[in-house]
Amino acid sequence: MARRPKPTPIRVLIAKPGLDGHDRGAKVVARALRDAGMEVIYAGLRQTPEDVVRAALEEDVDLIGLSILSGAHMALFPRILALLKEQKADKIPVFAGGIIPDEDARRLKKAGVRAIFGPGTSLEEIVSTARRLARGAA
Amino acid sequence: MSGPAGFPPAARAIQKGDRRALARTITAVENGDPAAVPVVRALYPATGRIPMVGLTGPLGVGKSSLLNALVGLLRGQGKTVGAIAVDPSSPFSGGSVLGDRIRLERRADDDGVFFRSMASRGEAGGVAASTREVARLLEAAGFDVVFVETVGSGQADVAIREIATTSVVVLVPHLGDEVQTLKAGLFEIADVFDVNKSDLPGAELAARDLTELANMGTTRDNWNSRVVRTSTTTPSGIPELWEAITAHERFLDETGARVAGERRRLAAEIAGRLRDRVGRDVTDRLERDTELRRLLDQVVGRKVDPWSAADRLYRDWYRAR
Repeated sequence: MARRPKPTPIRVLIAKPGLDGHDRGAKVVARALRDAGMEVIYAGLRQTPEDVVRAALEEDVDLIGLSILSGAHMALFPRILALLKEQKADKIPVFAGGIIPDEDARRLKKAGVRAIFGPGTSLEEIVSTARRLARGAA
Repeated sequence: MSGPAGFPPAARAIQKGDRRALARTITAVENGDPAAVPVVRALYPATGRIPMVGLTGPLGVGKSSLLNALVGLLRGQGKTVGAIAVDPSSPFSGGSVLGDRIRLERRADDDGVFFRSMASRGEAGGVAASTREVARLLEAAGFDVVFVETVGSGQADVAIREIATTSVVVLVPHLGDEVQTLKAGLFEIADVFDVNKSDLPGAELAARDLTELANMGTTRDNWNSRVVRTSTTTPSGIPELWEAITAHERFLDETGARVAGERRRLAAEIAGRLRDRVGRDVTDRLERDTELRRLLDQVVGRKVDPWSAADRLYRDWYRAR
């Protein structure tokens, strides 16, 4: 009798915190996630950590993807993680992409960033990781 | 229906201004989660009182930028604003890129604004199936005004009329000659026409064509559509746009058209809900019920025609009860 339940789409926020203007990577990832059936809330450039967390909560996303090329990741990412925790929303997994040196990546992962994708990562890997993180978050 | 004792905690939380509860309930409504139904029902009596402003028009005319400008104007007046922006879902992957949020400029600590992106999830007409319920949730959460920005619309996308108390059709210069404005559909639903990007050449001509159209007759409520010109880059015309919207809202109150419009919309909603339910039920039975499968076989074999089959189903399954 009941309607066959359709799988509910994964909602993912893609944002670029900070001040660099290079959003091609974020757009390519947004499109790949779209093609994988996800609903991508594209918040765009120059987001403060507060903007990112606000958007994540209002949009009730399953996942947050951050793109950064400015080098400010060690300042911005921990701030975003802290704000999420403050809002009791630290269950939302955060992944990141961009130019992030290995040493920083290690420290960010320790701080709670769940996956970090450097240049040259395949879209397949990003999509499958995103899916795994979102599903695990439920 | 349910007394205070049966009032769902999520509904209470939403009315108290809990934005997380609001955001989660919206998700549940979007996903057709049965858990959302008691919440939406409990909040229904608290709805139907505020301006629900629809922003529609073709893609790229600047609806999101206008929405941002209107949010800024209203926040400046101390009004709180809920906003929904709908973008299309892919018919291929089911995914979507919801990109209206990038136009939003507001302080991250401002609780007077709540912005939610929605995917159309296969629904035609410019909004999602659950957009109306989400708009109601925003009203129940206490916002003074709710905006609904549609998917970039085609000529026949008029579903916003089933949600909005005032529909703004946003256009830009050079979209076509005056004959375009005579065509049925989109141009018929405008309570307010807005020629956006009015800093561009041709805006005056576009506004003149629309004014001529507006002067030829009234909308179905006997309202004379207003025509305004805006630009979000200059910016200009935003207070005039809001004034045109509120003029229509006043008209609704003064003439009784608000109640008449609500009756029309709600009658359509009840019929639509029943239609969906019966349609699903019948589709399901035609697959599973042995007797009905046989009936379907007979229709496929041209022994029974679809009209007679429908009559029989109606008589046997629905009319009796």
